[in-house]
Amino acid sequence: MSSIAIVDYGMGNLRSVSQALKHVAADGTRIEITSDRQHILNADKVVFPGQGAARDCMRSLKEYDLVDVVLQASEEKPFLGICMGMQVLMQTSAENDGVDCLGKFSGQVKRFKDAPEIANSEEKLTFPQMGWNQVFQTTDHPLWHSIDDAARFYFVHSYFVSVDDPSLSCGETEYGIRYTSAIAKDSVFAIQCHPEKSADDGLQLLKNFTQWDGKA
Amino acid sequence: MGLAKRIIPCLDVDNGRVVKGVNFVNIRDAGDPVEIARRYNAEGADEITFLDITASSDDRETILHVIEDVATQVFIPLTVGGGVRKVEDVRKLLNAGADKVAINTAAVFTPELVKEASDYFGSQCIVVAIDAKQVSEEGEPLKWNIFTHGGRKDAGIDAVEWAEKMAELGAGELLVTSMDRDGTKIGFNLPLTKAITDAVDIPVIASGGVGNLQHLADGVLKGHADAVLAASIFHFGEYTVGEAKQHLAAQGIEMRL
Repeated sequence: MSSIAIVDYGMGNLRSVSQALKHVAADGTRIEITSDRQHILNADKVVFPGQGAARDCMRSLKEYDLVDVVLQASEEKPFLGICMGMQVLMQTSAENDGVDCLGKFSGQVKRFKDAPEIANSEEKLTFPQMGWNQVFQTTDHPLWHSIDDAARFYFVHSYFVSVDDPSLSCGETEYGIRYTSAIAKDSVFAIQCHPEKSADDGLQLLKNFTQWDGKA
Repeated sequence: MGLAKRIIPCLDVDNGRVVKGVNFVNIRDAGDPVEIARRYNAEGADEITFLDITASSDDRETILHVIEDVATQVFIPLTVGGGVRKVEDVRKLLNAGADKVAINTAAVFTPELVKEASDYFGSQCIVVAIDAKQVSEEGEPLKWNIFTHGGRKDAGIDAVEWAEKMAELGAGELLVTSMDRDGTKIGFNLPLTKAITDAVDIPVIASGGVGNLQHLADGVLKGHADAVLAASIFHFGEYTVGEAKQHLAAQGIEMRL
C-alpha cells in the first residue's frame, strides 16, 4: 500500500489538496496531512503545498522543524511542490523585502510588478494574477501525461519563479511576461498553479503524480 | 494568449438550499447546492460563489456543511460570502473548503477586518463585496455610494473611493454588485464597473443585472471586469455556462473552453 504525506507547516488549509488526491489516487493509498518528521520521511511520496507570504512560510517551516526533512524528502522520493511550495524551493524571494528560501534550486522569486516588461506595459494587468492561464509544456514529463499542451490551470499569485538554469523549467506561462510556471528535476516536480483547483486537468496532474516513480 | 476572463455562477444559499433573490426581496427555490455546483463544474464554470443569506445566526453553521460537501466533489475555486463578521468566521469557511471568503457589510463597519484577515490568511483569499447604488441625479456627474442591509441603507461612502481603500487594506479581489441592477436582468451597471476597475489594480468581478449573454460580454469589454458573475440566467436553465463562454469567446474574449 502506498502512502502520500502532505506537509502541514501551518500555512493554510490543506484539505483541498488532500480531497483532490483522494479523488484520484488508487484505492488503498494512504493520504496523510502531517507535520510529523518521521511520517514525512517514511511516506512513499511527498506533497509540499503552501500559501501566504514567503517570510511566513519560511518562518513556519523552521518553527515546525521541517526544513531538513523537506529537503531530504525532495532528494529521496517523488516530491510535488505546489504554489508557495514551488517558490520556497528557490534561493531567495523578493517578497517581504527579501527572504532567504530553501535553496534547493538556484534562482529567485520576483514580483510581477517589478518586471520591466510589466512595469512599462500599456496593457493593464491585475495583481494577484487570479484565474485560469495556460501552461506551455517546455519539456516532456510524466506529470504532463494526458494533459494537452497549453491547458489552463488555476493560478493565484503576485510573485513568480525565475530559474538560473533554464533546463529546470518544464512549463511556462504568460502574464505580461513569459515565466517559469513549472520546474522539474530528478524526483521533484513543482508547479505555480493549484492543480487541486484546476478541474479535470488539475486532477489528471495529481493522478499522474500518484502514479509517478520519481524518474523524469 | 494569457489569463482567461472568468464566468462565475453565484448561488444564494438559505439554510442549505439554493435560492435567488430578485432585488434581494422575492426568492424562489432552485435546488441542492452540491448538485448545482457539480453541474456548473461540468459545464465549465471557472469558479462558484456561494452567498449565505441565512437570516438566523443559529443556522450559520449550515453553510459550513454545504461547503464541505461541495469541496469533496468539485475541484474548482469556491468563494463564500454572507454573514462574515470576524476573523474566526473567515477561518471556519476556509477550513470547510472555501478558497476565498467575501466580506461585505462587516467591511463597512469594521474595515480593519479586511486588513486583519488578509494579513493572516493572505490577500489571495479575501474578497471584498461592494454593494453600490447610484446616488447622483440625472444630469449630475455619476456617483455611487455603498449601501448596506440588502441595499436599503446608504452608508454615505463613495463606492470608487471605497474600492481603492479596500485594495489598500489588502483585499485580493472585489465583487462589485450594482444594487440598482440586481435582479433586473437589464445588464451590469457598466459605468460603475468601469469606474472601479479603472481605479484599482486588483481583479474585479462584475455582478448584478445579467439577463442575457451579451450582458456578460459587455461586463468584460465595456466594464473591463476580470470576471463576471450571474445567478438566475444559469439556475433556471436559460443558458449554460458553456454557451456563455462560447458567446464571449466569439467576441475575442479569452476564455477557458
